[in-house]
Amino acid sequence: MEKVFGHPVSLKNVQTHFCPGCQHGTIHRLVAEAIDHFGVQQRTIGVASVGCSVFLYGYFDIDVVEAPHGRAPAVATGVKRVHQDRIVFTYQGDGDLAAIGTSEIIHAANRGEKMTVIFVNNTTYGMTGGQMAPTTLPGQKTVTSPYGRDVGIDGYPIRMAELLSVLEGTAYVARVAVNSPKNLLQAGKVIRRAFEYQVENRGFSFVEVLSACPTNWGMNPLKANERVESEMIPYFHLGTFKDIAG
Amino acid sequence: MSKRLFVKGNEAVAMGAIAAGCRYYFGYPITPQSDIPEYMSRELPRLGGVFIQAESEIASINMLLGASASGARGMTSSSSPGISLKQEGLSYMAGSELPGLIVNICRSGPGLGGIDASQGDYFQSVKGGGHGGYHLIVLAPHSVQEMYDLTILGFDLSDRYRVPAMLLGDSVIGQMKEALVPHPYVAPELPAKDWAVTGKGGRSDQKIVKSLFLGDGELEAHNWRLHDKYRLLKENEVRYEGVELDDAELTVTAFGSAARIAKTAIAMARREGLKVGLLRPITLFPFPEKAFAAATARCKRVLCIELNAGQMVEDVRLSVTRDADVYFYGRPPGAGSLPTPEELLEQIRKHYKD
Ligand SMILES: Cc1ncc(C[n+]2csc(CCOP(=O)(O)OP(=O)(O)O)c2C)c(N)n1
Ligand code: SF4
Repeated sequence: MEKVFGHPVSLKNVQTHFCPGCQHGTIHRLVAEAIDHFGVQQRTIGVASVGCSVFLYGYFDIDVVEAPHGRAPAVATGVKRVHQDRIVFTYQGDGDLAAIGTSEIIHAANRGEKMTVIFVNNTTYGMTGGQMAPTTLPGQKTVTSPYGRDVGIDGYPIRMAELLSVLEGTAYVARVAVNSPKNLLQAGKVIRRAFEYQVENRGFSFVEVLSACPTNWGMNPLKANERVESEMIPYFHLGTFKDIAG
Repeated sequence: MSKRLFVKGNEAVAMGAIAAGCRYYFGYPITPQSDIPEYMSRELPRLGGVFIQAESEIASINMLLGASASGARGMTSSSSPGISLKQEGLSYMAGSELPGLIVNICRSGPGLGGIDASQGDYFQSVKGGGHGGYHLIVLAPHSVQEMYDLTILGFDLSDRYRVPAMLLGDSVIGQMKEALVPHPYVAPELPAKDWAVTGKGGRSDQKIVKSLFLGDGELEAHNWRLHDKYRLLKENEVRYEGVELDDAELTVTAFGSAARIAKTAIAMARREGLKVGLLRPITLFPFPEKAFAAATARCKRVLCIELNAGQMVEDVRLSVTRDADVYFYGRPPGAGSLPTPEELLEQIRKHYKD
């Protein structure tokens, strides 16, 4: 009988530290499935960032370098330039990539580094307790925007996928969500495609994944999932923003 | 036999790095060290190496972190304000036990300051600089030849101990030209980089390069291990130059370009019949503590000369015998503020007997 579903080889069979309903675990799985799909586990190097996903090496059965907050694209640049035939990816949150590490992501993308970036947007800083992120939606309350994000004071949520798609150096840029079976399936395909770009040595690929942080949103997992649909997707449109292969 | 060349100090650094097999350079321009990235951008591509002009000093130190974690011999160079930006990465490299060479061709500060020679970064270099309590191996060349030799030594020590190394020069040493004999590099036996990430490649274990230690007691153990390496460095890797210390009544101490001027002043003093010697630290970390204790067991007077308002003098005070007198003469940077040999001779005369 053909086996159609199983535990990804690249993912360790251990319990994660993520909160109930957190989608980091799901996204980890999609990334592991993509690595397995191309059979590149043995030559993949992950770059972990700072945030709730810091324990990448605890869950992925691959070599991992841990980067300072926001600097993962620069660290990955060093790794990829040394190991040009390896698959190198970063896994970063929105505080990590869209705030402290904006410079590093824009320039790695613009250089066209042949790496894959998985960007988890949950509109907040999860690990440090739910502060306002560059992606926090207008009016959204967080512990540092207790009256709701006021765009007149705090500026606007950054749409990183759109921003990076205009750079010459990017090859593939897309945004997905994992809040419904349909979106999840699509996210899996897109993440696989992002890795395919690297397997084929075509250039810089970037996937923004809309994700729930039930703990810091003060919602149960179901409500959090609904919020992704009703509040996040209308602002952070899903889709492919760039695909040089067309 | 190697040819004698006439080159700039900064070029000697780049030549030494290439001789030592460094093939990865990451940097961002800043005066007075830009000759180094310029040289590397010219030479590395033809050697199959990689030169990246990063978007910032922060990015370049982190590219070095990534290359080093991958097992490569790599470097970055900058000058004072840029080195400040690298401190986060340096702390992470120290915490992750990653080797690598960081060149600081100091300029004057604080802030934007100026581009003239300064030794104002001594504290930042030898006391950690970044957060968390760590040390770098810090080497202080005082000639173009040493810019070459100590660059090579920096790579080797850094690889041996898995401690990042800093070459601490200044604009005088970086910009001046003098003779260099580029000795061919003989690679010492170094431990295999079996900790580097390469992709598992069939290995059953996973390689993890990290500085996060959350388990009970894990971080304390890690810190003790780091400090044990610093102790080993102090025992085995101290380097200094002693000049006419045997009969000295006054020991002058200075490092880098200040030591060059001090050497002239000491020669002048000797011609006057004053028994003056020089103890020049070459490794600023590990600091030649025992050499100072030995020198002051006999001669109780030390004059410390620096191109700042007094930084290394604190380490000198901690190293001399209890009853030794330590005097200080320094000039914090400012255009044209290098002391003249005559100025230092006057200080030598003053403290010789007083
Ligand atoms: C230089 C620095 N500044 C601040 C922090 C504290 N910090 C840790 S995680 C984090 C935010 C992480 O948020 P995000 O990247 O969105 O990831 P999430 O936790 O939401 O998955 C911050 C600010 C740090 N570790 N280093
Ligand atoms: S705090 Fe938020 S992002 Fe972090 S693990 Fe919990 S739910 Fe996930």
